Amino acid sequence: MFDIDKWQEIFFTMKQNKLRSFITAFNVAWGIFILIILMGFGSGFQHGVEFQFNDDATNSLWIRAGETSKPYKGIKPGKRIQFTNQDYEAIKKLDGIEYITGRYYVPGEFTVRYKDNLSFFNVRSCHPDHKYIEKTLITSGRYLNDTDIKERRKVTVIGEKVVEVLFGRVNPIGTYIDVNGIQYKVVGTFKDEGNEFEQKVIYIPISTAQIAYGGGNKIHNLIVTAANATEVESKMLEADIISYLSGKHNFDPTDKKAVRIFNGVVNFMRFMNLFAGIRFFLFIVGVFTLIAGVVGVSNIMLIVVKERTKEVGVRKALGATPNSIIGLFLQESMFITLTAGYVGLVAGFIFIDSGSLSAMMESFSFPMDFFKRPEVSLKGAVIATLVLAVFGSLAGYFPARKAAKVEPIEALKDE
Amino acid sequence: MIKLEGIQKSYGLGKQKLHVLKGLDITIDKGEFVSIMGSSGSGKSTLLNILGILDKYDDGNYFLADTLIKNLSEKKAAYYRNRFLGFVFQSFNLLAFKNATENVALPLYYQKVSRRKRNDIALEYLDMVGLKDWATHMPSELSGGQKQRVAIARALISDPKVILADEPTGALDTKTSYDVMEIFKRVNDAGKTIVVVTHEHDIAAMTKRNIVLKDGFVVDEIMKSSELEVGSIES
Repeated sequence: MFDIDKWQEIFFTMKQNKLRSFITAFNVAWGIFILIILMGFGSGFQHGVEFQFNDDATNSLWIRAGETSKPYKGIKPGKRIQFTNQDYEAIKKLDGIEYITGRYYVPGEFTVRYKDNLSFFNVRSCHPDHKYIEKTLITSGRYLNDTDIKERRKVTVIGEKVVEVLFGRVNPIGTYIDVNGIQYKVVGTFKDEGNEFEQKVIYIPISTAQIAYGGGNKIHNLIVTAANATEVESKMLEADIISYLSGKHNFDPTDKKAVRIFNGVVNFMRFMNLFAGIRFFLFIVGVFTLIAGVVGVSNIMLIVVKERTKEVGVRKALGATPNSIIGLFLQESMFITLTAGYVGLVAGFIFIDSGSLSAMMESFSFPMDFFKRPEVSLKGAVIATLVLAVFGSLAGYFPARKAAKVEPIEALKDE
Repeated sequence: MIKLEGIQKSYGLGKQKLHVLKGLDITIDKGEFVSIMGSSGSGKSTLLNILGILDKYDDGNYFLADTLIKNLSEKKAAYYRNRFLGFVFQSFNLLAFKNATENVALPLYYQKVSRRKRNDIALEYLDMVGLKDWATHMPSELSGGQKQRVAIARALISDPKVILADEPTGALDTKTSYDVMEIFKRVNDAGKTIVVVTHEHDIAAMTKRNIVLKDGFVVDEIMKSSELEVGSIES
């Protein structure tokens, strides 16, 4: 490797054909650059999707009541199912339930007033566990708690956007806001990594909402999380919930329309698999681009071997072994591939890390919520380097083997 | 030093088969200065290839320095070429990107001699052929005669048993040819065995023994001017 004679030859042949060497090296550099960029794309998309899921817990099951579509125990289809506080209490006790909340819908936008400031926001009523399910991040004060529920307190937790609009720089904690004529005490503020809508919500205790807006003990839907459930476990939990509800509300457990459950685990897994697939696909596309570059190197090396046939013959006549000839050409192609590859690798990393890739995506007016933090991990870099090393040796091996097969009588032939 | 026993060689297969060497018996002793002559198609190139371990033969035995050269692996063949033989070619075959010293040192590179040491030795041999002052010149800066002298130095550096020269004066003018032959003569006087393949009878006349080939046989070991005229015209 540190044989000065070999390097002398490599640089000599490269200098002899500057343009050719440059184009060959560029091919490889470009190939690895594209590979890195595509790996960056893959991670950007994946992070984008993960970001989309950040809004809600990915292990949640959303249970919505509907209308029966099948007759059951003498009851005609078309019966409306209505969840109540009892269902909440019962499902909370099921095995595998981590967090649970009900929601009582308070429809429409409400006029919310603080002193002279007035705006319209959505009111959402729920249980304290809602915080974990919606991934609500408390920024000051506290979230709703069990006492709020029990005592039907008129307290509220408001989003940062609400704070911005109504309070400006005033600290909202402890103040009262007027929601359609009812005074609520602000006990906390929050932010949410989901979209902007989530930041414009006002949370109130579900029990308060049931009284204030005439709900009795009605609950519109229930949301639970299933801890670290696998896809199969989440489906078992789904079945347990249906089984309980069908007994309680008298409907056929096979009736898909009576109660609908949106299984977040299954959904999340499906998306993750899809994006892992896209990522893999992008990697393969990158590898194939690289192969095109490497085939270029191989091609050029074949020409080099052909040009140097006579020289190889002379070397053999002087006592060069086949292995020393293979080494000569292998080293040259490895040198071109690895040097150029390294340049491409670094360029790719710089392109991604400097934010140029994101800027490029943005300039194509790609929705940036779906493309976040493109990066190539150390593992990715190692893979790229290995791929390069393997291709580099392959690119050189075949031409080198051809060179080693040159007959030494070539040396005696005259041009 | 060289002993050929019933060497046969043919090219091609079936009806296309061309029998080139039809049972050669040649013995060349240590210290001889031999020329091999013959018209084109006489088999002299084939003989040179076999002597140089550049090609295989079909039948017979070839002993080089009491070593049977037969069915060698590529690696073994390379080893013997490197240790036993020194080649001088018609077109010099110097490597364009190496200077005179590095070219001379090349056989030692394949003996894994360190760079510094082989370049020192190469300089001695360049001195021997009178080119010490040209040591760092590239082949493109040398005249034909100088190139061939560098090539001779390269052939000598591994201290081989036999020097094989294939038309060493073929690309040189008369004066330079004689200079080169003078060097061969000096080398031979120092005890080296030399085999020169040529079709120029004046060159052959400078050697101590002539072997004339025709149609794959040794026809004579004494120069016959009439045949040589024919040979030189044909090739």
